[in-house]
Amino acid sequence: MTDLLFADATRMLAGWWAALAFDSRLEHGRHAILHPAGPEAGRIEWLYWLIFWISLAVFVFMMGGYTITARRNLSRVSDRTMVIEDEPGDKRSAWFVGIAVGITTAILFLVLALSVSAGRKVQDVPGNGPIAIQVTGHQWWWEVNYPNSEPDLRVTTANEIHVPVHERVNLILQSGDVIHSFWAPNITGKRDLIPGYSSSISFQVDTPGVYHGQCAEFCGLQHAHMGFSIVAESREDFDAWQRDQLLAAAEPTDPQAVRGKQVFLTHPCVMCHTIRGTDAGSNMGPDLTHIASRPRIAADTLPNTPGALGGWILDPQAAKPGNHMAPNSLTGDELQALLSYLQTLK
Amino acid sequence: MKSSGMALVLFACAVFCVLIGCRREDRILHQPPPGNVTLDTVQVSGLNPGANPLPAQSVPNMYQESAYAVSEGQRLYEQYNCVGCHAHGGGGMGPALMDDQWIYGSEPANIFATIMQGRPNGMPSFRNRIPEFQVWEIAAYVRSMSGLLPKDVSPSRTDEMNVKPSEASTPRQAPTGITGAPGARK
Repeated sequence: MTDLLFADATRMLAGWWAALAFDSRLEHGRHAILHPAGPEAGRIEWLYWLIFWISLAVFVFMMGGYTITARRNLSRVSDRTMVIEDEPGDKRSAWFVGIAVGITTAILFLVLALSVSAGRKVQDVPGNGPIAIQVTGHQWWWEVNYPNSEPDLRVTTANEIHVPVHERVNLILQSGDVIHSFWAPNITGKRDLIPGYSSSISFQVDTPGVYHGQCAEFCGLQHAHMGFSIVAESREDFDAWQRDQLLAAAEPTDPQAVRGKQVFLTHPCVMCHTIRGTDAGSNMGPDLTHIASRPRIAADTLPNTPGALGGWILDPQAAKPGNHMAPNSLTGDELQALLSYLQTLK
Repeated sequence: MKSSGMALVLFACAVFCVLIGCRREDRILHQPPPGNVTLDTVQVSGLNPGANPLPAQSVPNMYQESAYAVSEGQRLYEQYNCVGCHAHGGGGMGPALMDDQWIYGSEPANIFATIMQGRPNGMPSFRNRIPEFQVWEIAAYVRSMSGLLPKDVSPSRTDEMNVKPSEASTPRQAPTGITGAPGARK
């Protein structure tokens, strides 16, 4: 019996270690609740450790109790069978069990109360933050809009949410098709994106950096490849980024890039993508006006290198089977020209 | 002996039912890139050069057997802005698609040719704009709008406001028009 209990104990401890090791293995804690970058995630991390230490204390206490009892009884009972007999200490044990149940219930209620309060703190929307960002979930990418009362000051990008540090940000979450869920564990808790409904979540990032986020509600074939990044930067960097994003695509000068623009405009690309400053204006896929400024493509799935981008353009179904981008047939020259044009879209 | 024979027959029926249902949910994710398919011999008008009509070309649309492909067609019909002119089947700037009138023919190949080539008075050509497999998916969906597809592959719901019964509940509108089905002309 003790052997079994020890096996259980070892397995649980191994599980904890695995969880912690996995967490620290991620690069700079890009996607980790244990590396909070703001007050909301800090609150969640605090709750995590509180529950962890309470569980550990309960675990050690229980294992110790089992071990002591088992050893004492084993030494007393010679044929190693369980013997149930009335003992004068039974009344005392009943009291002890009663108190233990009481303490357990109290601890559970405490944890429940703290998790409710942490949940409220994280999910509360204290009015509209100074920065409102509209995030729309699509199968399987994220459309990001920075609304502005002046239409020409609206910024549209994809799969990348830039926010200034130390400022409250209010995300307005919508869905273009099915239910998705916004989850950036370093920043805050989850919030669903529901079709035909607008939800919101507000947070603040204090540590500059790039944090990974992920769709957390199963939404179809490529749910696992529906990631995004949150880029937290200083106010100056954020303003500079916003100014760059507002510009229309620069007219290419390099002959190959000029040809690439023609390739873009005469191929199926234009049916789905926008490049502001050209005739391409469809909003079915991500806005490509500043695609070269984004380090990753395909909803944080591939690096934005000419090789990965070229492979993605020719056969998107190889990297993300089932996604809504159709394959393209381009000659080698056309593809090179197109890639050199896309690289000018900084 | 008799009951086991009966069981065998029932089992065979069950297997048959499962097998005929197979194609309904076929999801072919790896589709060919755009080629240069032309269907120049599709009969789109009652007029005919010479005495003999062109041989009727029967091009099967494999995509209209799959509910997934038809629902993809429904999605693309929205996203490629077919709704801009044809609305949700009732028409507007372009002709209605949920009725029995087919100006350029109701066969899959006719619809494919119409989308690829464009038609006078406003229908643009989508050749080199939409890959062929998506044109076939849209053609399949267009046929479902007037109840020409089996109910089990037609979409039974829409993401838009329900201004009309779903495609799966649309009664079959027997196609009429100048051409009708290829080969069925008088």
